[in-house]
Amino acid sequence: MITRWLLNKTDRGVLIMLAVILLLGFMVPALHLLTSPDSPVHVPAYAMALIGKYLCYAMLALSIDLIWGYCGILSLGHGAFFALGGYAMGMYLMRQIGSRGVYGHAELPDFMVFLNWTELPWYWYGFGWFGFALLMVLFVPGLLAFLFGFFAFRARVSGVHFSIITQALTFALMLAFFRNDMGFGGNNGLTDFKDILGFNLQAGGTRAALFGATCLGLAASLLICLAITRSRVGAVMTAIRDAESRTRFLGYRVEAFKLFAFTVSACIAGAAGALYVPQVGIINPSEFAPANSIEAVIWTAIGGRGTLFGPILGAVLVNFAKSWFTSALPDLWLFALGGLFLAVTLFLPNGLAGLFGRWTSARRRELPAAQPAAAE
Amino acid sequence: MTGRVWIAVATALLAFWLMLGRGMAADLTAEIGRLDTSSFTEKEKAIAAIAATGHARVAAVLTALSDNKLLIRKADRLAVIGEGKGTLRIENATTGEALGEAAETDLDKIAINNKIRRQLKTILGGLTLFSDDPAVRLKAANDIFRTRDLSSLEPLRNALAKEQDPPVKQVMAEALAALVLVSDAPEAEKLAAVLTVKARGDQDAISLLASIAQGSDAVARSAAETLRGLEWTRSLWAAVQNAVYGLSLGSVLLLAAIGLAITFGVMRVINMAHGEMVMIGAYVTFLVQDVLRNSAPFLLDQSLFIAIPLAFLITALIGMAIERGIIRFLYGRPLETLLATWGLSLILQQGVRSLFGPTNREVSTPSWMSGSIELGAISLTANRLAIIVFALLVFAGLLLLLRHTRFGLEMRAVTQNRPMANAMGIHTARIDAFTFGLGSGIAGIAGVALSQIDNVSPNLGQSYIIDSFMVVVFGGVGNLWGTLVAAFTLGIANKFLEPFAGAVLGKILVLVFIILFIQKRPRGLFALKGRAVEA
Amino acid sequence: MDKAANSILYLDGVNVSFDGFKALNALSLIIEPGELRAVIGPNGAGKTTMMDVITGKTRPDTGDVLFAETRDLTRLDEAEIAQLGIGRKFQKPSVFEKLTVAENLALALAGNRRVREALFWRLSTREKARIDELLGIVRLGAQRHMPAARLSHGQKQWLEIGMLLAQDPKLLLVDEPVAGMTDAETETTATLLRSIAGERSVVVVEHDMNFVRELAVKVTVLHEGSVLAEGSLDHVSADHRVIEVYLGR
Repeated sequence: MITRWLLNKTDRGVLIMLAVILLLGFMVPALHLLTSPDSPVHVPAYAMALIGKYLCYAMLALSIDLIWGYCGILSLGHGAFFALGGYAMGMYLMRQIGSRGVYGHAELPDFMVFLNWTELPWYWYGFGWFGFALLMVLFVPGLLAFLFGFFAFRARVSGVHFSIITQALTFALMLAFFRNDMGFGGNNGLTDFKDILGFNLQAGGTRAALFGATCLGLAASLLICLAITRSRVGAVMTAIRDAESRTRFLGYRVEAFKLFAFTVSACIAGAAGALYVPQVGIINPSEFAPANSIEAVIWTAIGGRGTLFGPILGAVLVNFAKSWFTSALPDLWLFALGGLFLAVTLFLPNGLAGLFGRWTSARRRELPAAQPAAAE
Repeated sequence: MTGRVWIAVATALLAFWLMLGRGMAADLTAEIGRLDTSSFTEKEKAIAAIAATGHARVAAVLTALSDNKLLIRKADRLAVIGEGKGTLRIENATTGEALGEAAETDLDKIAINNKIRRQLKTILGGLTLFSDDPAVRLKAANDIFRTRDLSSLEPLRNALAKEQDPPVKQVMAEALAALVLVSDAPEAEKLAAVLTVKARGDQDAISLLASIAQGSDAVARSAAETLRGLEWTRSLWAAVQNAVYGLSLGSVLLLAAIGLAITFGVMRVINMAHGEMVMIGAYVTFLVQDVLRNSAPFLLDQSLFIAIPLAFLITALIGMAIERGIIRFLYGRPLETLLATWGLSLILQQGVRSLFGPTNREVSTPSWMSGSIELGAISLTANRLAIIVFALLVFAGLLLLLRHTRFGLEMRAVTQNRPMANAMGIHTARIDAFTFGLGSGIAGIAGVALSQIDNVSPNLGQSYIIDSFMVVVFGGVGNLWGTLVAAFTLGIANKFLEPFAGAVLGKILVLVFIILFIQKRPRGLFALKGRAVEA
Repeated sequence: MDKAANSILYLDGVNVSFDGFKALNALSLIIEPGELRAVIGPNGAGKTTMMDVITGKTRPDTGDVLFAETRDLTRLDEAEIAQLGIGRKFQKPSVFEKLTVAENLALALAGNRRVREALFWRLSTREKARIDELLGIVRLGAQRHMPAARLSHGQKQWLEIGMLLAQDPKLLLVDEPVAGMTDAETETTATLLRSIAGERSVVVVEHDMNFVRELAVKVTVLHEGSVLAEGSLDHVSADHRVIEVYLGR
């Protein structure tokens, strides 16, 4: 029944993307664990970590797409939600270190010992428990988005004003997290993690499992976004995007729908951050940098907003390009990134997905019988 | 301190001692010899005796002693002054005659403790009261005011009697009053001293008064009362200081935001590359100074007057090119414009980084802008003051341009009702290009100003972009007065929050304030109202 | 409250000013239940501002705005007012271009507007039937799966009227419904609006005198933010002040 509903209501791009993600989630860990390092199909640990990182970024891009592509809200502060999710996971991983830190304190993370703190701040309580940390991964970004969105949407802050204020939000958080007395490790952030749920983070098996979890997380996010956009809420979101005041005059509380989308989106971004941290092994305040959030928006734009598979494609492609550029031609990367921003906004407003869509609809037009409804 | 000054000081000291009639110069060598003991009490006596000789070498010997350079040659127990490590160059402590070199192991150190160090410092401070250099004398008097060592009382009285320089004389009188207050002088003298200290009114005066304000005698009561008055004045001055710093920050924000207010107000275009225009303006200043330094150094002091129009011209042209080449195609799509201009800012930043390197570039401050101005109890650096004045001038110039020129009229028409302006035959496209050029040009001259107080690096612009957008949002779109009020309000609020909350928390509080503020007034402080705005 | 007795919409002494410009100047207007009323007036007479005040887009500086005798509209926002049963059609056709015609109507259907319900909402058989019915009324049955962006101007106007009906409002505010329509379409629109009135109240703001004549209803003439004349079209067009306003002074 669910499959029929999916087939019925979903465009092919999303289904293909879903299949590719699940296949990756199975194949990459299998190829990493089961083949010998000399084998031509072996996936080395660094490559798996790299792809895993890209997929986390893809989740972030997807969350931006949910509000920008479908509801017309451009958040330039989504990196903040990503980072908050990452910090929540990082706090759990910090607590797992236990007495194996440099200072060997049973209770306090190294940086607190270093700052001469004697006891754990209250907001670190509970993070020793994985379930609680997972809850916080969704709850903290969600709560922030809810409060921020509540005030911003209620005041009808929209368009570029909203974008600018979200920039300021992530900027303020960055400044705050840089402070040592916030209790999040200041400048250095949280790092030197040892294990997760008792499994060594450096072990191949753990890394493979994390990769699999990332793929599942991405697939689940994709399904959640799919369900929302296909529901009546999705239709109202699109209506808000295209004619906000019309939607209001139809009796819809525009703020409530925006708030719902924004909060869900922040939770997805938070989950992405939580999957990101154990794979890269560090979270620090630079993740809050305003530029990061804007860069994430361009992944969505390149892939094509308003489609669910586009942002995933965009995030992976842009980050692959970034990895290549920064190692091969480091000076040129910012030129290339800047050029991408210009090219996409000027020539490809619908991104790669739009390009793909134009190409397929051009093919369809050659076969008029295939779509009689299109005749006008 | 050069040797010549020391000699002059010592001579003055000698004269003073002779005048006192204690004149008979005791045998300096003998007194120095008394330092060769392990008893610190004996050493203290010896030091007092050395000072009392009034010999020309006193200062040299005592300085050497406090620097651990006064040594005893083991062979003949002669006091020498040694320089260097391992093998030292030595000279006779009494005569200053060079004695060649000696190994460290052949010399004994004269150990001193903290009490002796203080004693030496006071004596040396007393010596410096007679320096030829007024600045040295001033510092010596101030030191006495802070340490309040009664042994300086007599030298200070004598120095004061001789002092010719009014400011130094004033401080010496204050220092004397401070000593009187801690001495067992009669009450009337002490009460007069309280008034002298009150006139000084700074932190040192406050801590002095606080230290004697306990008790119930007339002096303590008078001190306590004076103290209250002084503390109030002081907090008033602190507020003034914060306000002035706030104005300074506000003027920087105004400069950075005002161009943005124009482009955003008239064209509803968010130009994320605005900060880079500021950055380019700062680099133009650097280039102008570089060229002048090599070809016309005599103009270097006037470099800013060349840089301002040049920076305006260059950034205005770049701005117009951006408008014609990119933004024009994105009208009606503000979010895309934002992203495109962000991309452009990355390119400009990296371009400058490739051309000039990633490090800070040195921009010099003209001599007429360096130094500081004393204003009551606060001091303000001249360049900050110049920027406040400059920002206000730019603002006034812009207002005049908008009020009294054809271009300004057309621009305001486009701001208020674009379709109507278009219908009336105003070339909105040309106005857009000029407006963008104007906004960018002002960013450029803001860059010239900022080059005086900030590091000139490719990242210069980024640090201002968010703050300047906050100013525009807070002030209300399309009204320059709003921008002015918002810039100064945010600047002053930041500076007043800083002492309580710290710089970072202050920034966060300001952000929270803005978010709450737009609950009440979504369109900012001074917003245009009416239907045309919503279109 | 008695003043507002037996009215669906009651405006009294409503003032709105923008930066010193008085858009509405002590405007008073009463619409009875089931009435069809035409509001005319030159540009800048305050017609759109009046609609903005009724639908909660603009707050009046002073004055009373009551709906169905008791509900104070000046305290509610757009969504609440729409949910009370006031529908508005804009001057410029405003439909959801990316959604299909049927989806546009489905969104407008009366019903619960909360996020939670919308998340798990499915079209019921009755709602489907209602959409079919509406598609018939506005003559867009053949275009039901077409994105609204591809409709002609007149079709968009009709779709918007259809959406208004789908809301099942007690009062419809219709701003220039026939702009850009052919004569035949205009005539059908007039018939449609007349048939809607009776059951619901309708306020039509219009420039097109022929269309107003066709409606054959009571006319209110606005000028400089207040009512200049009221009565049948023949009555108001005989008023010398109205002639002055329309023909220049």
